[in-house]
Amino acid sequence: MSVTVKVMQRPEAGRTSYLRAALKGMSLTFKHLVNPRRATLQYPEEQPDLSPRWRGTHRMEVHADGRPKCVACGLCPTVCPANCIRLVGGEDDMGNRYPVVYEIDEFRCIFCGMCQEVCPVEAIHVGVHFENAEYTRDRFVYDLDRLMEQEHPTTLLWDPSDPKSE
Amino acid sequence: MNGLAPLFFMITSTVKVVTVFSVLMVAVAYTTLAERKISAWLQDRHGPNRVGPWGILQPLADGVKNIAKEETMPGTSAKPYFVLGPMISMIPALVTFAVIPFAAPLPTPWGTVPMIVADVPIGILYIMALSSLGVYGLVLGGWASNNKYAFLGGLRASAQMVSYEVALGLSLVTVLMVTGNVTLTQVVFEQQRLQLWYILPLSLGFILFVISAFAETNRLPFDMPEAESELVTGYHTEYSSMKFSMFFIAEYAHVITQSALMATLFLGGWDIPVWHGDDAFFFQGQWISGFDAAGAPVLAALAWWKTLLTLGMFLLKTGFFVFVYIWVRWTLPRFRYDQVMQLGWKVMLPTALTYVVVIAGTLLVLDEVGVPFGLRFGLVLTAVSAVATGIFVFWLDRDRIIGGASHPARGPLPPRMPSVDVPKLPASVGGD
Repeated sequence: MSVTVKVMQRPEAGRTSYLRAALKGMSLTFKHLVNPRRATLQYPEEQPDLSPRWRGTHRMEVHADGRPKCVACGLCPTVCPANCIRLVGGEDDMGNRYPVVYEIDEFRCIFCGMCQEVCPVEAIHVGVHFENAEYTRDRFVYDLDRLMEQEHPTTLLWDPSDPKSE
Repeated sequence: MNGLAPLFFMITSTVKVVTVFSVLMVAVAYTTLAERKISAWLQDRHGPNRVGPWGILQPLADGVKNIAKEETMPGTSAKPYFVLGPMISMIPALVTFAVIPFAAPLPTPWGTVPMIVADVPIGILYIMALSSLGVYGLVLGGWASNNKYAFLGGLRASAQMVSYEVALGLSLVTVLMVTGNVTLTQVVFEQQRLQLWYILPLSLGFILFVISAFAETNRLPFDMPEAESELVTGYHTEYSSMKFSMFFIAEYAHVITQSALMATLFLGGWDIPVWHGDDAFFFQGQWISGFDAAGAPVLAALAWWKTLLTLGMFLLKTGFFVFVYIWVRWTLPRFRYDQVMQLGWKVMLPTALTYVVVIAGTLLVLDEVGVPFGLRFGLVLTAVSAVATGIFVFWLDRDRIIGGASHPARGPLPPRMPSVDVPKLPASVGGD
């Protein structure tokens, strides 16, 4: 007989008792009634304790004067495996590159966090956030202004020298 | 009319009917909440807690939802019967409560009002007749739906009702024999006189009654007619909106009525234990609390606060049984259909019959010896019943009540068919 087959030891005929088994079950459920071990999170009142490495919707870091930190280098749309970032770069009078259009389609995004990893100026981040409900689908394409408005904490990247974040 | 003036009798009866009906409906609504809450607690969950504080307005929200929902009517259904089904199942469940006394009589300046909607002289027979009518609703609804699952559910409901009605009636016979009457007020009074609730002198009768009552109300582990995992939802598969809700009102009203009945028949009804100041019974035109040594009736001392106390006691006992109903439902798994039938016909019926004979014999002996109806009388019955219960629990309950679902059959398995060597086809057959 295969090792994965478990043979149940059945009691002999004439030795089982329904009433005793039923009472045993009822005492078990009663123990849970008087001494519950509830695991339910009362969600809107209690918030879940998200990991600092949770990868949620994006946010764009800004300079002190309100400009986005993005330099429109084009690395994130290149690295994005889901092809969800649309970037059109531009250059201002001083010769600084900046994003003219920067859109992320959060429906296409797979939240791999590679845009954050690849960004040379630490501008685009995935965030520790999950409450994204909207009334229409088009609200899920986040433009530059929307990305800059986001206030949730940014994701902590995985550090190969400290793989368990200790 | 218990010595009341006709006009006063009319007024008090109307008040009682309206009050009991509304209290019962509210109780039904809150039993649904209690079921959801207790089931949640038993399973380490929270239960409904969004509508109102601790979810206490949940039944209200459910009611509004059910009324507002679209009502569907299957095109192939037998429409008059389809509509009639939920009504027929609901009405008997509510009407049964009329004969259950729920408190000690209330003295008023115009006469003493008995706390029972209708003290009819056929009390228990009335309950037996009406409570089993409820199954017609299930059968009609199941058949009229023109749906195979609903039909199977209705069939099972009727088979189960027939099987367990017998045991239920026979377990009641023992109560009637000890009481000597069928009115529920006298059942309560005799328990007060015996100074023992019938749960002790008639312990096996109580066990049989509880098991049959579970089967009668179609609650787990006997919910054959509903059987979600086998029959979608059984007899009410095709029902929606308020008709669906009515089936549930019927089920919970049944649960409450059966709980009240268990409390009345076996736990002394509204009787407060040990204390005898609450005893009251309408006997030959006056309210008495018992008989003195010479056999002359002693007048009962009634008071409004005694009525309130006994009402509280009755609610406590009924509530306890409602809790047990819910507790059992969320603990025990459903029987197989053959197990239900076997339990009904091969265990419950013979046991109940034998028990009736045993109790009848004991009563006969006690009467012949001349033991007066009282504590000693009750203790003898208790001893006899304890032996019967012992036999039931320690001998009958060894594989004979319900065998394990995957338990091997007794004795060796039947021999397997000998394997036959199939001759190989010659290579030329079927080839090119």
